Amino acid sequence: MPGVDGFMYPNEVELQWSVLIVLYPFITGLVAGAFILASLERVFMVEAVKPTYRLALLTALAFLLVAPLPLQMHLGHPERSFEMLFTPHTSSAMAMFGFVYLWYLMVVLVVEIWLDYRQDLVLTWRSSTGLKRLLYGVLTLGSDNLSDASLRIDDKVGRIVTIIGIPSAFMLHGYVGFIFGSIKANPWWSTPMMPIVFLFSAIVSGIAMVLLLYILTAKLRRVAVDMLCVDTVARYLFYAFIVDFSLEMIDLIHRIYEADESFRALDFMVKTRLFTSQIILQIGLGTLVPLALLAATQLATFAVRARLRMYVTAIVLTLVGIFAMRWNVVIGGQLFSKSFLGYTSYKMGFATREGLLPAILLMLVPFGILFVLVKLLPPWDPAPRSATVSGRV
Amino acid sequence: MDTTRRDFLMIGSKMLIMTAATAGALEHVLAGTPEAVADVYRAADHWWAMLIDVEKCIGSGDCVRACKIENDVVDEPMYFRTWVERYHINMSDPDHPIVDSPDGGINGFGEKYKDGDGKTFFVPKLCNHCADSPCTQVCPVGATFRTIDGVVLIDKDYCVGCRYCIQACPYGCRYLDPRSHTADKCTLCYHRLTKGLKTACAEVCATGARQIADLKDPNDPVHEYLRTHKIQVLKPQMATGAKVYYNGLDGAVR
Repeated sequence: MPGVDGFMYPNEVELQWSVLIVLYPFITGLVAGAFILASLERVFMVEAVKPTYRLALLTALAFLLVAPLPLQMHLGHPERSFEMLFTPHTSSAMAMFGFVYLWYLMVVLVVEIWLDYRQDLVLTWRSSTGLKRLLYGVLTLGSDNLSDASLRIDDKVGRIVTIIGIPSAFMLHGYVGFIFGSIKANPWWSTPMMPIVFLFSAIVSGIAMVLLLYILTAKLRRVAVDMLCVDTVARYLFYAFIVDFSLEMIDLIHRIYEADESFRALDFMVKTRLFTSQIILQIGLGTLVPLALLAATQLATFAVRARLRMYVTAIVLTLVGIFAMRWNVVIGGQLFSKSFLGYTSYKMGFATREGLLPAILLMLVPFGILFVLVKLLPPWDPAPRSATVSGRV
Repeated sequence: MDTTRRDFLMIGSKMLIMTAATAGALEHVLAGTPEAVADVYRAADHWWAMLIDVEKCIGSGDCVRACKIENDVVDEPMYFRTWVERYHINMSDPDHPIVDSPDGGINGFGEKYKDGDGKTFFVPKLCNHCADSPCTQVCPVGATFRTIDGVVLIDKDYCVGCRYCIQACPYGCRYLDPRSHTADKCTLCYHRLTKGLKTACAEVCATGARQIADLKDPNDPVHEYLRTHKIQVLKPQMATGAKVYYNGLDGAVR
């Protein structure tokens, strides 16, 4: 059979989960990572990363709104997807997605953003007329009290929501890892490391994406990049990346040393069909090179221009590497036979329902949403807060 | 003709009785209870399994063809409710069997190996109707389920087509039906079992390599068979409670 080497069970020849399912963990990872970055400022009081705080929240929201779309497009019967919410099968990891998602969207992210922006919304509503006034009036939800006491409550509740949000962000992406890690039939997926590896790679990708957006938008707006902020975020990216890489290496070394019944098949797959995406893109260009660049910025002093270039290069490579990691998990996990006797290949369509074109379009949508969000809720120049609130307790 | 009050009452009550009877019958029909089966087949009295005697299988492919016809399985070589694999093991390298299953073995197997050149045998495969099936565990809406008589089935009107079950099956028994966009697999010919018939594959097997077995029926010869033969299931390490029992299964089969 074309595309097949060795023996596959006949029903295994066609891949079931396409590039759209690769996007799903990639996008939710960006959400979780962006939120963790935002919480650094809010909960852990890292003042230096403050310029990225609101941008990080809006980025998380933009990507979160798109996260269910690839899943929806992939389903054989999208019109039945609501059954997962109304009649969930409680033993299914996948059935929990809707609840984890809605909790994160409605209880954590939207509430935190609204609380943080409430003062700005009210001020914009007061100073505008016509349609704009109507829009911002709706966004304030009629809560226009800007007294010190009221703002203090906003701040306090916002902080509590962020504290709830951190385990929620961990849950969102750890859970995505569990969807794969809990499939005992598939040795490429089945490991308790999967949720943890997914989580840390999520943090890496989210921080990288927000930092990239911050640098790019500063250039577009022709304002100076806050280098203290960029250096600090890059340092956190470096730390998270080291943890992520170590976890992935532990998994790899464990697999190689244990060399169980699946090892020969998986080892051969990594050295052949996954060589480009795993060895070259994920580990080489996507991990070792950015880690070296980030390490260099920590160890030596570079001029601002050079540093920015190094950061941007490292970030872009990191995002490519994390995407490759998702690809290798999702697609790689379906290329070998569960008989360990053969391999199939993934033929990605272009303008088909689950092809490359819809995947590219889906990846562009969050940036469109972010553009609108940034116009509605400018994250750059927060309105001066009253004195009692600016010094947070 | 004049209608007396008496006639009116008689005709009226007859119509009333007939309407009530019709309504009762209609209710019964709409409820979808197959009357004959409801009286005969009690699901709780059965626990279905299958016996496969590897030493009897000659790789004719009759079972694969019968299954495709009986169950209207898509006629392309990536969709099988049952299929047959040919294993060839060189004695110098017993850990690495050479396996093939051309078109699922639907047209049988051509000559490939010479006598004395290692050992060659056929392994029919189908859904194992696991008692602790990973596919039913992962279904997000419960569209796939195990019946009380031990058969794993799929509700096609409920399946969302997410394909998580296909990933979760260790044996490669499931596929997405390209016509209905829902998961599909062997039903152990449930429509036949509940009428007291064998599965289509067991029915046509010329050598009796496939036997349907009811583990709850004390008179089923399966008990004697299990007692007197060395039985194995596929991938026992998966702990799925597989109920397709193989006699004479080589350790190289996976």
